[in-house]
Amino acid sequence: MSRIHWFRFASPAAFYPLAGKMIPLFWLLTAITGLAGLWVSFFVAPTDFQQGEGYRIIFVHVPASWMSMFIYLVMAFWAGVGLIFNIRLASMVAQALAPTGALMAFLSLWTGALWGKPMWGTYWVWDARLTSELILFFLYMGFIALQSSIDDPRRADKASAILALVGAVNVPIIYFSVKWWNTLHQGASVSITKSPSMAATMLWGMLIMAICFWMYAIAVTLIRTRAIILKREAHTDWVRELPEMKA
Amino acid sequence: MNWSSATEFWAMGGYGFFVWGSFLVCLLVMVVEPWMAYRQLRAAKSQLRRQVLAAQWIDEEKGTAQ
Repeated sequence: MSRIHWFRFASPAAFYPLAGKMIPLFWLLTAITGLAGLWVSFFVAPTDFQQGEGYRIIFVHVPASWMSMFIYLVMAFWAGVGLIFNIRLASMVAQALAPTGALMAFLSLWTGALWGKPMWGTYWVWDARLTSELILFFLYMGFIALQSSIDDPRRADKASAILALVGAVNVPIIYFSVKWWNTLHQGASVSITKSPSMAATMLWGMLIMAICFWMYAIAVTLIRTRAIILKREAHTDWVRELPEMKA
Repeated sequence: MNWSSATEFWAMGGYGFFVWGSFLVCLLVMVVEPWMAYRQLRAAKSQLRRQVLAAQWIDEEKGTAQ
């Protein structure tokens, strides 16, 4: 049996074609879970006894919120790997993740506002959960701005990695904010320690949609990583010898 | 099945604006973001192709000059 040398894929030259092959797979998974998730969201999950049909926003609000936090941690992890081990590809992946994470934070705030209006009577309130999620959105914007304001890419990677790592402290603050402070936002519907406080079909709809958002984030990040690799490795021979550069 | 008619489905029990406002903006983001990412990738490829082509021309001219 031939062993796969995983570290080989830390090289942009090996990762670029691999990413190209993986993108269609993740688009397929996004489509399948998206259709299944929407079906469960609208046709299987029952009407909520308190919130009527308005609660269905949960099927996009929770996945977007989870992904906004998860992508931040993944981004900080790869930025940290790039900083400590000086691996270019890790920093490029972190850079590729930031816009998707920022959009997920935006969607979390947007869908949250549209859910808050009918249920709480306001689009926005300076509550700990909402405020810390807004800070997460600003951290993503800061990361993107810092990265693009420094001309030398490796120096930009280092500066933005420090911002990403320091900002990571905000993620547990968002997660536990509903416990630590008295918030208008409800507590967690799903947690690791206790059984979920919702109907099984609602939970399944939410989980399938979360997988859809996850697969989507991977697909779009891989596309962006490929673009960043081409830009930053433009001087190398392997880029110039790619089949798409001929013709 | 939760709905007896299409009108009832779109109304979402009176929460139509909020529910569809959430789902449609998510859909919009998930169409526009990949479109922009693919455009970024295409732009990077075409710029590189031009650079490779320019380098080839320079090499050819050097070849004929000698």
